Amino acid sequence: MRSSEPKLVGQNVSRTDVVEKVTGCAVFVDDVQFGPSLLHGRLVRSPHPHALIKHIDVSKALALPGVRAVVTGQELKARMGLYLIDRPIFADDRVRYYGEPVAGVVATSESIAVKAARLVEVEYEVLPAIFDPVEAAQPEAPKLHPELGDYSVANFIFPVPGTNISEQFKIRKGDVESCWEGCTSVAEGRFRLPPIEHVPLETHTSVALSEKTGQVTLWASSQSPFAMRDMIAQGLDIPHSKLRVIAPLVGGGFGGKAGVTMEACAVVMAQAVQGHPVKLRLTREEEFVGTSVRQSLVSDIKVGCDQDGSLQAMELTYYFGGGAYNDYGVNIARAAGYSCTGPYDVPNVKADSLCVYTNHPVGSAMRGFGMPEIHWGLEQIMDRLAEEVGMDPVEFRQINCVRTDDEIVSGMKMTPIDLEACIDKAAKAIQWGKKEDPTAPNKKRGKGIAIMWKAPAMPPNPGSAAVVRFNEDATVNVEVGGQEIGQGAFTVAAQIAADVLGVPYEDVTVASPLDTKYSPYEWQTVASRLTWSMGNAVKAAAEDARKQILETVADHWDEEVEDLTIQDGLVISFKSEREQPLDKMVIYGLPNEDFEGWKGGPVVGRGHFMPTYVTNLDPETGQGTRAVVHYTVGAQAVDLEVDLETGQLDVLKIASVYDVGKAINPDLIMTQIEGGAVHGMSSAYESLKFDQNGIVLNPSFVDYRIATIADIPQEIHGDYVETPIDDGPWGARGVGEHVMVQTAPAMANALYDAVGIRFSDLPLSADKIYLALEEKLNQED
Amino acid sequence: MAKHAITLIVNGLQEELLVPSNMTLLHALREELGLTGTKNGCEAGECGACTVLVNGEPMNACLVLAVELDGQQISTVEGLAEGGTLTPLQEKFAELNAVQCGYCTPGILMAATALLNRNPQPQEEEVIEALVGNLCRCTGYQRIIDAVMAASRQGGGR
Repeated sequence: MRSSEPKLVGQNVSRTDVVEKVTGCAVFVDDVQFGPSLLHGRLVRSPHPHALIKHIDVSKALALPGVRAVVTGQELKARMGLYLIDRPIFADDRVRYYGEPVAGVVATSESIAVKAARLVEVEYEVLPAIFDPVEAAQPEAPKLHPELGDYSVANFIFPVPGTNISEQFKIRKGDVESCWEGCTSVAEGRFRLPPIEHVPLETHTSVALSEKTGQVTLWASSQSPFAMRDMIAQGLDIPHSKLRVIAPLVGGGFGGKAGVTMEACAVVMAQAVQGHPVKLRLTREEEFVGTSVRQSLVSDIKVGCDQDGSLQAMELTYYFGGGAYNDYGVNIARAAGYSCTGPYDVPNVKADSLCVYTNHPVGSAMRGFGMPEIHWGLEQIMDRLAEEVGMDPVEFRQINCVRTDDEIVSGMKMTPIDLEACIDKAAKAIQWGKKEDPTAPNKKRGKGIAIMWKAPAMPPNPGSAAVVRFNEDATVNVEVGGQEIGQGAFTVAAQIAADVLGVPYEDVTVASPLDTKYSPYEWQTVASRLTWSMGNAVKAAAEDARKQILETVADHWDEEVEDLTIQDGLVISFKSEREQPLDKMVIYGLPNEDFEGWKGGPVVGRGHFMPTYVTNLDPETGQGTRAVVHYTVGAQAVDLEVDLETGQLDVLKIASVYDVGKAINPDLIMTQIEGGAVHGMSSAYESLKFDQNGIVLNPSFVDYRIATIADIPQEIHGDYVETPIDDGPWGARGVGEHVMVQTAPAMANALYDAVGIRFSDLPLSADKIYLALEEKLNQED
Repeated sequence: MAKHAITLIVNGLQEELLVPSNMTLLHALREELGLTGTKNGCEAGECGACTVLVNGEPMNACLVLAVELDGQQISTVEGLAEGGTLTPLQEKFAELNAVQCGYCTPGILMAATALLNRNPQPQEEEVIEALVGNLCRCTGYQRIIDAVMAASRQGGGR
C-alpha cells in the first residue's frame, strides 16, 4: 500500500458542526426533549464553608404538593474521585465549602422544586474555616479531612495523612543550596492567584433516568462521558454496563465539564423517582458558586543565574488551594511539580508542589491545568532576574529556554520543540525594543513577553479508540469518544479520516451525541490531547478500513495492494490504471468472476492509541525516564497601555506563537490562539471573591465580569511553528489550553515596562493598579 | 396559576399558546413551542444568549413575559435560513469560523440581524455597540465582528 502525502491534513476545511450551530439545530443537553414524565431537580446548598451537619429535616419539603422526593447524604455515604476518592455526592457528616450540595429535591416543576428546597431544614454546627493554602498546609491548621489516610488514591499521588496536604510532589535535582553563592544575581518572590471560574455560556445541565431494570441513563454536558461513567459507577456501585452517559454538544467547557460536578446528584435523585427523568440545570448563580474553580496558588520562587545570565538554581514551593475536595486537583499539583521550572533549562532544582485542602469551592481542571498558575510568578521573576543581570528579557529567554533533547527538570529528555523560534516570532510581531507612544497624554505604554510549556497532564496510560464505518454510498461515519466543546475536535477527526481513506471531506460525518453505550472509549476531552491521542486512534481506524478495501480490490483484480490507492472515493491502480468506485463495494463487497462467490463485506475500521512509554517518577526526587508524553511550548508578547487616572489597562496587541508539531487545520489553530488570548487577558482581571466567612460575593455576570466584545485587543497576531513529534498524527500535538497560559504574566511584564511597578498578585484590577500608581507618585514626591 | 390564551407570530407562523402569567418568552419558546435554538444562559438579561427579535427589535427573551407579547411578531434563530438557504450573516459566521461551542451563536446572530436590518452598512464600532450585551467565552469576538462586517458587504442579515 502506498502512503501518500496528506491532502486534507494541513487544509482549512470548514467545521463539521458549523451549519447546525448557525441554524439553531445544534442540540445541547437542555434542548433534548423528554415529554410529560420529566421531573425537575433542585439542590439544597450549604450556607457555611465549614460545618458539621447535625440534623436534616425534609418533612416540610416532602409535604409540599408536587414534590416527589427529597434525598440527602445521610443515607448515602458514597465517595467519588478520579485520583483521590474523597468527595461525597451529597455532604454526609460535614460540609466543606459554601454551596456544597446537602440535599436534592425532585418536583413536578422547577418552581415547586425551588420552593421545596427552601423548606429543607438543616441544623449545622459551624466549624472554623480556612481559606489560605499556606495556613492550611501548617500542621496546626484545622483538618478538613481527618480521614485522609483512609481514602483510596492513585499510585502516583502522595497525600500526607494527618494534615490538609492531599498531594506532595517533590523535585530534588542537583545541589541547590551550594549554588546560591556562585550566582551573580538572585531574584525571589511570592506570587498569588485567586480562584477563578470557567464561565461556560451553557451552565452545567444533566438529566438522569433510573429504570426498574436497573438501567441508569444520564444525559450530561460533559467533556468526559467515560470518566463520568467510571466515577459515578464506582461511587454508586452501578455496573458500567448499567450506566449509560449520553453527552450532546457542550456549550463551553474549559475543563469545568471534565470529571463530575453535580451529575452524580442527578443520578441519586433519579433513583428516588424511578421511571421519571429528572432534570438538574444549574442557574447562573449556581454555576459561579457550586462548580469547580481554577485552584488558587501561592508560589514562593527563588532563582539565580551567573554573570552571563545562565540559570543555575531554582527553589520553589507551590501551595495550591485545592478547595474542599481534591479528587481531581491533586494531579494539578503533581503536573505543576514535574513542570515546576517553566520552559527553562535549570541544572539545580529543589521544589515542593502541594495540593492543600481549604474551605473554598472544589479546585479542578481549567484550561492549562496548573500552568497558568505557576507561569504567573515564574514569568515575572524571569523578567526581574534579567533586569538584575542587565539583560533584555527576550535575550534572557533565548539563552535559557529549553531545547530539544535537553535533560529537563524531571530527568526526561525534552521532546522535539522550537521555543526559540516562537520567542523570535512573537518578539518580531510586537516590534520588541521599539518604544511606542501612548494614545493619550494620561496613559503610559509598555511591552512584555512571557513564554510557557505544558505537557498533557494525565495518568500514564489514557487511551483513545475510534471506529470508521462505511455506508452503502461510500459516505463514512467516524465514531469517537472525544467531545466537541468548540475546539474543533470533530472537524480534525473528520479531516484525518477523509485524508487517510481518500474520500471527500464532505462525505465524513462524526457521530454525535457521544454515548458510552455505542461510542468507542476515550479517557477524557482534556489536556489538549484529542488532536494528538484521538487523532492517532482515528488515523489507525481509517488505515485499518483502507487496508480492508485495498485487500478486497487487489484480490478482485489479482493485483498487489502496494500498486493501489484511493482518491476521491475511487480505488485506482497505478499499474493497470483500473478504477473501482467505493460506492456499494464497501458494504456488499465485490463478486468473483462470473459471480462464482464474493469477496469483502461491510468495511469497519478500528483503531486505538495509548501511550505506553511514560514511566514512574521517584517519589523523593521526582526524577524518571519519561514523566510525560511530550510538551507544547509557546511565546506571547503584549503591547498595552494603562490609564494613569483610572488604573484601567487597555491591551492593544497580543502576539501569540506556539509550536504545534503539525498544523492539521491551521485556521482552527488560529481560532484557539485568538480565543485563548482573550480568555487569558480576561483571566488577568477575574477573581471569585469571598467575604471573611467564605461566602461568594460575585456570583453573576454583572459582578464577575468576563471580557466582552468591547474589551478585546485591537490586534491579535497569531502564528505557529511546526516541529513534529514522534508520537502524534503527522507530528501534531495539542494547543487548545496553551494559548492562555502566559497571557497574564505577559501583561504584568508589559505593565512593569509601562510604569515600573511589579504586581505579584492577580487580579490586575484597575483599583489595585491605581492605588499602586498613587503610592509610587507619593514616594517620588 | 392563571393561564392566558395568547397568540404569538413566531417566524411568520401564528402560534396559539396557553401560558401562565409568569412564563417568560424564553420558556414559552423553548418549552411550549420546542424552539430550542434560543438559549438559556443566565435568565437575568446579562449574557444575551436568549436574544430574539420582537417586532424587529433585539430583546432578551428571559426578561419579557410571554403574556405581554400577545399578537406580536417574534423572530428566532430557527426563522433565519428560510427555505434552507443560509442568510449572508449565517454564511459568514460559518465561513470565518466565528463559531466555536455555538451556545452564544443564536443570540449573537439575532442581535446582529437586528443591527443589519436597521443599519445595513455599520462601522466596526457600531457592531461592537450592538453586540456588547452578548457574551462569548470561546472566540475572542474578533471573528464575530469580521463576520458581521463581511455580511454587511453582502447585503446584510437577510
